[in-house]
Amino acid sequence: MIWNEKFECAKPAELKQVQSDRLKKLVSCVYNNCKVMKDKFDKAGVKPDSVKSIDDIVRLSFTTKIDMRDNYPYGLFCTDQKEVKEIHVSSGTTGNPTLVGYTTDDLKLWSEVMARCLACAGAEPGDTVQNAYGYGLFTGGLGVHYGALEMGLRIIPMSSGQTARQLKIMQDFAPKIITCTPSYALYMAEEARDMGIDPKNGNWKIGVFGAEPWTEKMRGEIEAAWNMLATDIYGLSEIIGPGVAQECPNKNGLHIFSDVFYPEIIDPDSGQAVKEGQDGELVITTLTKQAIPLIRYRTRDIVSINYEKCRCGRTSPRISKIKGRTDDMIVVRGINVFPSQIEHVLLGIEGTEPHYQIVVDRQQHQLDEVEVLVEVNSKIFSDEVKKLEELKRKIHKEISAVLSISAKITLVEPKTIERSMGKAKRVVDKRQM
Amino acid sequence: MKIKQISIFLENRKGRLFDVCSLLGKHNINIRALNVAETESFGILRIVVNNPDDAVKKLAEAGFTANITDVIAVEVPDKPGGLAGILKVLNDEDVNVEYMYGFVEKATDKALMVFRFDNADRATAVLKKHDIRIAGEKEIKEL
Repeated sequence: MIWNEKFECAKPAELKQVQSDRLKKLVSCVYNNCKVMKDKFDKAGVKPDSVKSIDDIVRLSFTTKIDMRDNYPYGLFCTDQKEVKEIHVSSGTTGNPTLVGYTTDDLKLWSEVMARCLACAGAEPGDTVQNAYGYGLFTGGLGVHYGALEMGLRIIPMSSGQTARQLKIMQDFAPKIITCTPSYALYMAEEARDMGIDPKNGNWKIGVFGAEPWTEKMRGEIEAAWNMLATDIYGLSEIIGPGVAQECPNKNGLHIFSDVFYPEIIDPDSGQAVKEGQDGELVITTLTKQAIPLIRYRTRDIVSINYEKCRCGRTSPRISKIKGRTDDMIVVRGINVFPSQIEHVLLGIEGTEPHYQIVVDRQQHQLDEVEVLVEVNSKIFSDEVKKLEELKRKIHKEISAVLSISAKITLVEPKTIERSMGKAKRVVDKRQM
Repeated sequence: MKIKQISIFLENRKGRLFDVCSLLGKHNINIRALNVAETESFGILRIVVNNPDDAVKKLAEAGFTANITDVIAVEVPDKPGGLAGILKVLNDEDVNVEYMYGFVEKATDKALMVFRFDNADRATAVLKKHDIRIAGEKEIKEL
């Protein structure tokens, strides 16, 4: 079903009018309520009333993750904290995490766009959904939850992990929809078979998989293992969390809800729009958000966009699956990891920054494993085994605390980490997806 | 009367011990005492050589992580209970031994052992107080 036909199937001219009206309102709201943003406008010499239509958006400055870090925690808010009803925190590149806040209307927006996603994937009111995205500060769990509530689904709020319990619950309640990371879907299928359960047995119809990049090959494997339609969902906590874009059963791109999340595809170097259909960095403006509205937020995700009307009837443009990143972020078990975070931990430990390398691997149908190789220089070296073991434990503990990921720490000899052009290669991704 | 031990970080990889030894041999550096502490993924090679400063320089040039640690070379009576006697003294005086190992050769009828203490100065004072002989750097060089 189409949850909100008015916007999802709007005629291009009508949609443009909505976007223009909303942008004008947004710009004046941001200018009048957020000092940091006002300064940005003034610096660029842009007056809010000079923005007359959505086409004028290109005159506005970009917002980046650095802006979010530098203005942590409250610098980018446009509302009083009393209006903020929920906050979530995700990983930052270093130091400060990224804070996102929601007013009551923002939470309504989140419920609305997530309901659009679930409906877009094929859910109908009354269906049962097993939500295996993590609940908590991570936006995945609660985002799906709010959308499912809005849609009128029966929700099993499993959160992530506890695989044996997930499998028991799904046998007992025969949900139609599963929501989790695609790698966890494959992992669960493997565990089910090991326990003598055929994952295909059940009432499965749809999977809504996201929070990490995945391939068509993985889609085929998931669909075969679970006998379901596997769809891709896109979102990022800075914008709203999950609910920014979603595939319909045609599996031909993710419908981005451009009446509220206005997309642009740019050349990451020049900042100029790329030709329609070409790969570029996805930039999003949150047209109606209140607490932290973002203007031209650089997602760093590389996609292409297609404005043609879809066979499903929606006119909302479709972005491709994420084709890469314009920064060095990697996604491990649905968690965003920046090499700079690991660098920060190492720098904090012995006041020295040893060379390091992050190796990410995934055995077939298993979860991602992270290994951090740390070159032992003479500052951190000790003649005593216990001191080196303690150093390993300390690095492990601090990386776990910062990333919420348990990484294997391996001490290696100097110069064993490959360097290209004098610069060490920070990430080796061995995952077969 | 501390002497210099060289500690070298080694990954648990085939041939690494050989690489260190052949490098030292090539530069005419003689190993007097040697010990390897190993863990699942890495090892620490500890050696006493005739020319420690030169050895560290050569090792660093070859890309090894090598540090100098102060250790004490203690004369141990080469007879049953000889080492136990010394350890009893240290134990009674509450001196903690991090690790220890033997020299390859011995100068007299006494064996020579390397001791790594958590507090080398206090250990030296205790050993002296109990008339336990410690070998100096010059002596080690002439072994």
